[in-house]
Amino acid sequence: MNRLEALFTRKKERVLNVYCTAGYPQLNSTVRVMKALQENGADLIEVGMPYSDPLADGPVIQASGSKALENGMSIDVLFQQLKNFRKEIYVPVILMGYMNPVLQFGFEKFCQYCADAPVDGLILPDLPEHEFESEYGAIIRRYGLNFIFLVTPETSEERTKKLDSLSTGFLYAVSSSSITGSDKDFLPVEAYLDKLRKLQLKNPVLVGFGIKDKHTFDTACKHANGAIIGSAYIKALENTANLGGATKSFLDSILK
Amino acid sequence: MINITTSDNKGTYKQPNIFGYYGNFGGAYIPEMLHRNVEELRNNYLNMMYDTAFQKEFNDLLRDYVGRPTPLYLAKRLSNLHNTNVYLKREDLNHTGAHKINNTVGQILLAQRLGKKRIIAETGAGQHGVATATVCALKGVECVVYMGEKDIERQAPNVARMKMLGAKIVPATSGSKTLKDATNEAIRAWINDPLDTHYIIGSVVGPHPYPDMVARFQSIISAEARWQLKEKTGSELPTHVVACVGGGSNAAGMFYNYLDELSVELVAVEAAGMGIKSGYSAATTQLGKPGILHGSKSLVMQTADGQVVEPHSISAGLDYPGVGPLHAHLFESGRGKFLSATDDESLRAAFELAKLEGIIPALESAHALAALHQMKFKPSDVVVVCLSGRGDKDLATYMKAMHIEE
Repeated sequence: MNRLEALFTRKKERVLNVYCTAGYPQLNSTVRVMKALQENGADLIEVGMPYSDPLADGPVIQASGSKALENGMSIDVLFQQLKNFRKEIYVPVILMGYMNPVLQFGFEKFCQYCADAPVDGLILPDLPEHEFESEYGAIIRRYGLNFIFLVTPETSEERTKKLDSLSTGFLYAVSSSSITGSDKDFLPVEAYLDKLRKLQLKNPVLVGFGIKDKHTFDTACKHANGAIIGSAYIKALENTANLGGATKSFLDSILK
Repeated sequence: MINITTSDNKGTYKQPNIFGYYGNFGGAYIPEMLHRNVEELRNNYLNMMYDTAFQKEFNDLLRDYVGRPTPLYLAKRLSNLHNTNVYLKREDLNHTGAHKINNTVGQILLAQRLGKKRIIAETGAGQHGVATATVCALKGVECVVYMGEKDIERQAPNVARMKMLGAKIVPATSGSKTLKDATNEAIRAWINDPLDTHYIIGSVVGPHPYPDMVARFQSIISAEARWQLKEKTGSELPTHVVACVGGGSNAAGMFYNYLDELSVELVAVEAAGMGIKSGYSAATTQLGKPGILHGSKSLVMQTADGQVVEPHSISAGLDYPGVGPLHAHLFESGRGKFLSATDDESLRAAFELAKLEGIIPALESAHALAALHQMKFKPSDVVVVCLSGRGDKDLATYMKAMHIEE
């Protein structure tokens, strides 16, 4: 059982996953940011690998990725930063990114480096399930990594069940068919999450997109096992010299 | 006639396999938020577009509104220059001035049949944006065009045309602020508003089924060329077919009905910019590596870390860091011959055609003409060049070049 599976065995409610961008705000702040998140209540951490063309990300996360690329971040650099990071970081960590940089790094080499770090799981939103099943899934499994698929309110019941069966660790429920950081109304989301719950999926469900404050986090947690915060946290890191303080006050505003 | 259930693992040149692959390239690498829309299109496009009523409406519009068939013109003085027979497929004479409208007419009809109320599109030079705004005006459909902030500045006349046609222009301010980023923004807009909106992609790029669908709508170019050439020469088959390639829509249309005719040499001409090795180029097959961009696996210009790089070409329509998966397959398999022309060679070819034939070509098409100088022909050869667009939009660039020459 890896850290991710152990987490969900231990904790089934109000699981908080926070997204941060590797190499943002500074090239070498990645592990410091993770540590601040861990100390202030994040149950797991999703580290974004920046990409020039991030189709599923909104403007805030894309801007943080552009900054990180300017800072010199790459998958190579990220794995250098993750050497020995487990001396400090004990919460589960998943990497999120897009297929193109991973393919250039070498898909199998990437999985091997993930297992060595070790990180616990992967989210690659532009890896389709056909290619996952025919080619990449076996490699991911060989290295003992969890793989998390996304589902949305537009995903059919049948397809949701299929993506759940292919996922390990948890299932990522996109709160609406929209890019991250969207301001859309949160109400219809509750009905969707209740529908998901009735499907009795094998994985815990974390809700992402549009979770930005205590109210949206609490609401999401009423209907799912937890939630994922991305853009709102990245915004909290903008223009701050005090990463620890900014992270503490942000997470306090969600959890307390 | 249409085999929609091929399970051929590798697909053919004319038709990708069921997952959208031409050989090693294609597929649909999209986030789940786009799955339903793309799936809806994939399940319906072939049945809808080959339906009798659709074909009638499509062909009527191409004839009466677009002005097809476009002439196949034997360019005598250009032929003399190359000591062979050069025919120009005059896509520049289409309504709105380029081949782009063949695809937008097809896709607006498809969008209506899918019950979509709103159209979005990306554009670089503005030709596809104008062609999209045009068919939206024709059908009374709301139209939003995403365009890089930099391109909005340098393509002012086309921005004005789109506005006059009633389209809303949204500047893409992320990344390099050009076509690549406009495409990202259009895809994001589709993610945010998936139910009522259809995304009209302008080239043979994007997730399956777009490359196949756009190639089929553009295939009218070579379907006409075959019968026109038979009328003029007694044979439907030329020895060479030449077209410029950015994403590759005019080349896909020009090649389509010759893909299985192995005696016909297919010549794709990419934009070398200031030279292949100058660092300012858009010749994707020469400089790219296999990768994923805008939803399909193809050749992509990128850094060693897999970040997509900004290409350069004097021609905004060829200024794209990827290429359609069909073309990547033609390149990898050797079925297509890939050449490139620099900015300067293309400018010279544009002036040459203007003076020899009284035709001012688009800068994109001038790349195809420039490549003729790199090829060896026999006097008996028959060469068909796709003159994909007219040069009105490029007058500012041409005037600048004239000043330099004076």
